[in-house]
Amino acid sequence: MNKEILLFVNDREQKIVTDPQRTLLEVLREDLKLTGTNFGCNEGLCGACTVLIDGEPNHSCMVRIGEVEYKWITTIEGLAKGEKLHPVQQAFLDEEAFQCGYCTPGMILNAVALLQKYPNPTDEQIIEWMNGNICRCNGYPKIISAIRRAVKLIKEDK
Amino acid sequence: MSAKIKSININEIIELENEESVFKPDWEVQIDRRTFVQLLGAGILVVVTGDFAEGQMRRGGGQAATVAARLQISQDGVITVMTGKVDEGQGCRTQLLQAAAEELRVSPNQVRMILADTSLVPDDGMTAGSRTTPNNVPPVRQAAATARDILTQIAAEQWKVDAKNLQVQNGIVTNTATKESLTYGELTKIKNLSESFKQTVSSNVTLTAVSNWKVLGSSVPKPTGRDIVTGSHIYPSDIMRPNMLYGKVLRPPSYGATLKSVDLSKVKEMKDVIVVQEGQFVGVAAPTTFLASQAIDAIAKTASWNTVSHPSSKEIYQYLRDNARSGQRGNARSRTSNAFSQANKVLSETYYTAYIQHTPMEPRAAVAEWNNGSLTAWAGIDYPQRIQGDLARAFNISNERVRVIVPDMGGGFGGKHTGQAAEEAARLAKAAGRPVSIRWTRADEFTWAYFRPAAVIDCRAGLDENGSIMAWEFTNINSGNAALNTPYRIPNPVEQYVSSDSPLSQGPYRCLAATANNFARECFIDELAAAAGADPLEFRLKHLDNQRIKTVLDTAAKHFDWETKRKKNTRETGFGLACGTEKGSVVAVCVEVGVNVKNGTIEVKRVCEAFECGPIQNPGNLLAQVQGCIIMGLGGALREEIKFENGKILNASFSNYYVPKFKDVPEIDVHLVNNTEIASAGAGETPIIAVAPAISNAIFAAAGFRVRSMPMIPAMIEHAKKISVIT
Ligand code: FES
Ligand code: FES
Repeated sequence: MNKEILLFVNDREQKIVTDPQRTLLEVLREDLKLTGTNFGCNEGLCGACTVLIDGEPNHSCMVRIGEVEYKWITTIEGLAKGEKLHPVQQAFLDEEAFQCGYCTPGMILNAVALLQKYPNPTDEQIIEWMNGNICRCNGYPKIISAIRRAVKLIKEDK
Repeated sequence: MSAKIKSININEIIELENEESVFKPDWEVQIDRRTFVQLLGAGILVVVTGDFAEGQMRRGGGQAATVAARLQISQDGVITVMTGKVDEGQGCRTQLLQAAAEELRVSPNQVRMILADTSLVPDDGMTAGSRTTPNNVPPVRQAAATARDILTQIAAEQWKVDAKNLQVQNGIVTNTATKESLTYGELTKIKNLSESFKQTVSSNVTLTAVSNWKVLGSSVPKPTGRDIVTGSHIYPSDIMRPNMLYGKVLRPPSYGATLKSVDLSKVKEMKDVIVVQEGQFVGVAAPTTFLASQAIDAIAKTASWNTVSHPSSKEIYQYLRDNARSGQRGNARSRTSNAFSQANKVLSETYYTAYIQHTPMEPRAAVAEWNNGSLTAWAGIDYPQRIQGDLARAFNISNERVRVIVPDMGGGFGGKHTGQAAEEAARLAKAAGRPVSIRWTRADEFTWAYFRPAAVIDCRAGLDENGSIMAWEFTNINSGNAALNTPYRIPNPVEQYVSSDSPLSQGPYRCLAATANNFARECFIDELAAAAGADPLEFRLKHLDNQRIKTVLDTAAKHFDWETKRKKNTRETGFGLACGTEKGSVVAVCVEVGVNVKNGTIEVKRVCEAFECGPIQNPGNLLAQVQGCIIMGLGGALREEIKFENGKILNASFSNYYVPKFKDVPEIDVHLVNNTEIASAGAGETPIIAVAPAISNAIFAAAGFRVRSMPMIPAMIEHAKKISVIT
């Protein structure tokens, strides 16, 4: 049964009429054409689909669209302010912390959440927090460097 | 049809791994200039009207017949380079861009790349086997250098001087005497390039010497970087077409199962769902993936299947041995039997590697669209021209009616050589009369893609009284002959690959058989060193003539401080090393490993790798490739293993198939040796081959027993169980 669902995606109100059982990932991609959020497993096991829901990182493949009524969703498309990249995006770009880049949006959003919680994370905190995000290009070393660089960029930004 | 997956013939892989690609599509580009300009999109005005049909290639070998087929220059000086290579993260887009920029003497941001679109690009062969660097960089450089000479000549004619007196820098031709100058863009206005660019690419044209490289040799960033971090990069999974539907295909419950009956009536009544059955192929298309999944699940409930028996992963090694084709073992054996009978010591061991999955982050995906009997497919695959031919055959149309486009995709590692998803999408799109997107699930990818082959490798060697290897037999069953030959100095080695009857569909993987063969050989060499009472490093150096391998061994050993470390082995900590060569590059690895024999656990603490692939073309990307290989190599070395029984994959999920994660990353220390004396070799694979044997050798150094199978953790756990029974 279709239902009308109101939510806010990247600061914009969206009214969606759809089956509330569909995943947030699917609706973002297929209905809102926000294809930056990627599909990797649909089981909550890879992090490619990570988005922020009310600021908290979530696997959008594990969230039903019916569960996010009135929530604020941030996807990778909503991070930059106009031409200015979010410091975490900038840091990933500076470090070239990607090979194919398919895991990158999920990595960046999870790192944004990490740095909100721990503005000066230890290496252990970074690894613990990020461990649910898989990079099959195995670019972990550069991703860790990017997160460290982002810490600095965020400070400079302030 | 869904039950029958196209398996890649192992012989194809072998040829591919060894030398030239075996695929020879006879294909011509058929497109006129207007289409070309449109396809390039706004902002690029292509001046060259060159007859693109002249762009036809020699057998996918990467040599464009004409300059026009390889590159175009617009009036504003923008250079567009075309290549049939696909970028799956390994970085060929950047590397080929650098190659063109270097020879045209322009800044990298003046060059745009068009990759992997059968309507636009030359056939550059399959993206595989680390072939881009040796096979595709040179022709791109030659085309760019030829174009530069043509442009210089136009300026010379304009100024009525000898081209020798002109200099080219930053895309500007300058007359050194008069200081007059003209940009490439201006030169295209002086003379229409359409005629000049019909010129054949000269393979004798002088290329820039390594010592003068400005763009090659530097860490030029990926041109797609900004799109990647903003989420606007378009992967095959992201392609959307007007009116597009999402498809799902009915998968058999087990390998070899065939469909007996299925009831489609209920699903046919579902609103907005299109159902297709063509023989064994059953699929649906619907406006959302959710609806398509509901439909296919409903169909699956009504399906009944004929199943066949299928061996289990538990008995796989015996199965492969039992089904091995005999090869020339008899003849080969007699040549060495004499040497073995004279040996002081003879060792004989068998090594095993399991089937593993590539699990690229992006599963197979494709969108297919039909227009007036012509098919366009966007797909995540490794060889657009080959899939073009496959699709043409599947739908009984000519190649000219099929266009295949490969957007830069989310990983491959050798796993995306087949075009099933494109064919499924095309079948559904044809029936639906609308474009259809197919995106495999992770379980599909784990089950219906092909695997890196399992291997059984028998090694036998004899030592003389000086502790030198005097006899050598090496047999790989099932996984291929890459890196089969020993780099060590051994008289009359007997080395062979024997095919077998693989129960799983198997195909290329990052350094496929080389990883298995090098694992067996490097572990066995370590066993021989121990038998000879020699230090593993000295034993290797003593048997090596290959100076390049010696150099990387020395480099890794020095940075790892092997001299000190080798004396510090304890029951809990071991130090091991290994080396190897494959695909023209050389590698050496030293590792420090924590071992807990009682629990059967291994912790790789530090990896120090030295790697050399000739002159380095992009140090940043090379470092990423080496780091990626090391960590990916840890997966296959320690945990990755496909388990199957009764034709079903038992661990078709990231929950029980363990790929490396952040927590598994050891301290990594990479040393890139820049050898400018030789031609550059590919580098995306070989850095993986010495990781596993170094770990196994380190386990021995600590715990005193050998782990002769990949992955090693299951073997460690077996061992732990055994000793717990004993104690
Ligand atoms: S796709 Fe959601 S965690 Fe993998
Ligand atoms: S960059 Fe390819 S999966 Fe992470």
